Amino acid sequence: MNDVILSRIAEALTWTGRYVERADNTGRILDAYLHRMLEDPWRDEDMACRSLYAILGVDAGGTRVDMQQVLDQLAFDARSTCSIEGALGAARLNARSAREAVSSEMWECLNSTWHALADQRLAARRTGPYAYLELVRRRAALFFGLADSTMSRDDSWRFVVLGRSLERVDMTVRLLSVRVLDAAHAPDWPTLLSASGADEAYARVYGGFGDTPRVAEFLLLDRDFPRSALHALTTAEECLTALGRPRQDPARRPIGRMRTRLEYLDLQALEEQLPLLLRDLQTACMASAEAVAERFFPYQGPVEWAQEGA
Amino acid sequence: MADIFDAYALADAWDEMFERPGEVRTAYEPVLAALQPIEPGELRFRADQMARAFTDRGVTYAFAGEERPWPLDLVPRILDALEWDLIQRGVGQRVRALEAYLADAYGPARAFEDGVVPWRLLLNSPHFHRAAHGLEPVGGVRIHVAGIDLVRDEQGDFRVLEDNVRVPSGVSYVIENRRAMTRVFPSLFAEQHVLPVDGYAQKLLAALRAAAPDGVQDPRVVVLTPGPSNAAYFEHALLARLMGVQLVEGHDLVCRGNRVWMRTTRGEVPVHVVYRRLDDDFLDPLHFRPDSVIGCPGILGAAMAGHVTLANAVGNGIADDKLLYTYVPDLIRYYLSEEPILPNVESFRPDEPGQLEAVLDQIDQLVVKPVDGAGGQGIVIGPKADRETLERTREAVRRDPRGFIAQRPVALSTSPTLTGERMAPRHIDLRPFAVNDGNDIWVLPGGLTRVALQEGNLIVNSSQGGGSKDTWVLAEGPAEPPTPANGTALLDIAPRQHGPDGNPTVVQEGAQQ
Repeated sequence: MNDVILSRIAEALTWTGRYVERADNTGRILDAYLHRMLEDPWRDEDMACRSLYAILGVDAGGTRVDMQQVLDQLAFDARSTCSIEGALGAARLNARSAREAVSSEMWECLNSTWHALADQRLAARRTGPYAYLELVRRRAALFFGLADSTMSRDDSWRFVVLGRSLERVDMTVRLLSVRVLDAAHAPDWPTLLSASGADEAYARVYGGFGDTPRVAEFLLLDRDFPRSALHALTTAEECLTALGRPRQDPARRPIGRMRTRLEYLDLQALEEQLPLLLRDLQTACMASAEAVAERFFPYQGPVEWAQEGA
Repeated sequence: MADIFDAYALADAWDEMFERPGEVRTAYEPVLAALQPIEPGELRFRADQMARAFTDRGVTYAFAGEERPWPLDLVPRILDALEWDLIQRGVGQRVRALEAYLADAYGPARAFEDGVVPWRLLLNSPHFHRAAHGLEPVGGVRIHVAGIDLVRDEQGDFRVLEDNVRVPSGVSYVIENRRAMTRVFPSLFAEQHVLPVDGYAQKLLAALRAAAPDGVQDPRVVVLTPGPSNAAYFEHALLARLMGVQLVEGHDLVCRGNRVWMRTTRGEVPVHVVYRRLDDDFLDPLHFRPDSVIGCPGILGAAMAGHVTLANAVGNGIADDKLLYTYVPDLIRYYLSEEPILPNVESFRPDEPGQLEAVLDQIDQLVVKPVDGAGGQGIVIGPKADRETLERTREAVRRDPRGFIAQRPVALSTSPTLTGERMAPRHIDLRPFAVNDGNDIWVLPGGLTRVALQEGNLIVNSSQGGGSKDTWVLAEGPAEPPTPANGTALLDIAPRQHGPDGNPTVVQEGAQQ
C-alpha cells in the first residue's frame, strides 16, 4: 500500500514542508534585519520595516511602522501564515492531519515547537527576539533533519521536499527583489546573505567581497549551495520527475524551463536581466504550485447538505 | 527609587560615564536612561544569557586551566564622534611613523645616523632580524594590522600605553561583543547611532590581497595558526571564516623552490599571502627556533625571494619594543614632521645615564615593565607592590637596564561595571585596530575595551582575569535619512501563496463515546 497516497495527505505534506521552510526563512530574515537595524547608524526604521513587509508579501499599511510592530505581525501573529507563528501553527495542523504519513518524531518536533513558542514569545517581549528566532531556526533544521533520517524516500517524502523547495525559491526571489527594485531602502548585501544563511558559504566562493550582481549570482545560480534558486529548482524538478508524468507535465514544465534558463544564463547580462528574471522565477514557482495542486490535490469543497424541497 | 547606580562612588580617576556623582556625560544619557529602571535580577539574567551564548558559540578563553565564557560587561563604553576622530588620526599617525621607522631600520638607518634613536636600541633588540634587512615589502607595508593600546588619564586625555605591530589579537572579541550585545540587549541601541564593526574582515582581506607579490592576478590568502590549542584560535578561525579563506597550520604548507604551497585533496595549491598569527620565533625552524613544530620550514626564504607575503612582516618586533616606545614621539616629528596627536605616558629609560638612578630611587612610585613582555606579565606597579617585590625588581633593573622601562602610574579611567547586584567603577583601556592596505590606514570604529574586574586593579588582560566591554563609536551629527521614499517601487512583489492552514473545513459533529 505504500505506492498510493491520499490527495489530502499529499497536500498536507507539501504544505507542512512549505510552512516550516517559510518559518525558517522568515526567522532568518528578521534576525538579519533586526541585527542590521540596531547597528546601522543611518537607519530609517520606517523604511527598513517597510522593505521587510514587502519581502514577506504583507501590506504595511499607511502609518509608520517600527520593529515591535514588525515582530508582532511577522513573527508572533498566530492568525497569519505569513508570520512565523502562523506558519508553524499551520505546519503543525497539517502534519496532524497527515499523522500516519509523517514519522512520530517529526510530528513531535512540530508539536513541541508550537508549545514552546508561547514561553519564548513572552521572553522575547522582555529581552528581544533573538532566542525566539534561534529556536525557530533550530527546530526547522531539526524537522528537516528528521524528515531526512526517518522517512522513506517515497512519494510522501517527495511532497515534503517539493514544498520546501518551492518555498525556498520563492523566499530567495523575494529577498533579491527588494534589493533590485528598491536599492535605496533595501538591506545591504551582507544582510541579504546572512538572511539566506549564505554568508559563510558566499565568503568561501567570493572571498568576502560583494556587490549586487555577485550576490545575486550566488543566491540564484550557485550549483552547490542548497538555498540557491538553481539548487532548489533542481531538487523540486527531481521530486516532480519521480511523482508526475514523464512528458508534458504542467507542474514540471515551468520549473524545468526556469532551471535550464538559469543554468545557461549569460552572466554578463545578469544585472540588467535581473528584474525580469526574478519575476519569471516567481511566476514559474506559482504556476508549478498551482499545477501540482490541480493534478495531485483536486479540490474538494466542503460538502453542503441541503434538504430537498426546503 | 533605589537603582543599580545608587551606590556608585567615583574612584580617583576619570570616569567615562559620570562627570561628577549623579551627573552623566551627554553621550551616555540614553544608555543610563535605559539601564537605570532595570532590576538587578534582570541584569543578572541577561548576563547569564550572554555567558551561555558565548559558551555555545565557543567564544571562550582559558583561565586557570578552565574554559570560561568570554566576559563581556553589559554597560557599553561610548566614544563620541570628536573623541573618535582624535583617536583615529592619532592611531593612523602612530602606524605611519612606525612604518617609516621599520623601513628606515631595515634600510638606510637614517634615524640612527642622525642620532634620533641610539644604535644600541636596534643592535641589541632580540627582535631585530637580519633576514628582514633590505627587503622591499609590497606597497611599503610591514604593519598590515596594528593594535595600539590607549588609556585615558586623570585629565581625560588619551595616551598611548603601548604599540602592538607583530600579531595583535583581540579583534574577534570586538566583533563577537557587538553581536552578543545587539542580540541580548537590543533595547540599549534604540536611541543612538552606533558605527558597525562587521566591515573588518573585508578591510583586512582587501589589505592582504593588496599586499600580494607583484604579478599575481588572483592572490590566494591564508591564515596561518599555531593550532586549536592556541589561546587565540577562536579568533584565527573567525577571521578565516569571515574572509572566506583557508585556515592552515604549519604542516599544511610546504615550501619548494622558494614558493609556498598548501596540501589539498586536489594536489598542491600555491599560496601568495600568509596572514600569520604566530610569532617570528616560531615561523620558520630553518631560520629561527629549530624546535618549532608549528612553523613552516622555508617560508622565510620564499618571503625573501618575494614569492609570498608575510603579514605582518618579519622583524616588526623592533618597533613595538617598549624601549622604542619612548622614542615614538620623536620618530613622529622626525619622519612625518608632525606633532604627536596622542601623547605617550611619561616614561624613564633606565639604560640611559642618570635615568637608572632616578628609577631605582623612586621605584616604589613607578610602574616597571619588561620591554618584551606581553599580556601584562612581569609588570610591577610600584605603589601597590610589597617591599620584597620592589627589592627584586630593583635588582633586576640594575642587572639589565635595557630590559625594562619605567612609567608614571596612570590611574586608568573607570567605567561602571556590573559587579554582583550593582554598578561599580572599574579601570578600562582601549585597543583600536588599524589595517594598512598601503594607500590608507583604516581604523575599526571602536576597538577592544578591556576591564580590570577586581576593584582598584590596573591590569586589564584577560589572562589576568580581565573582562571586556562593547565599544561604541557614535555617528557624527544627526542621521541623514536616505533619499525620500518612492513607495510604489516596492509594490511589484507578488502576494504569498497559501495552502490549507489545517483548520477543518468540515464542521465535525458527534462526540466520541
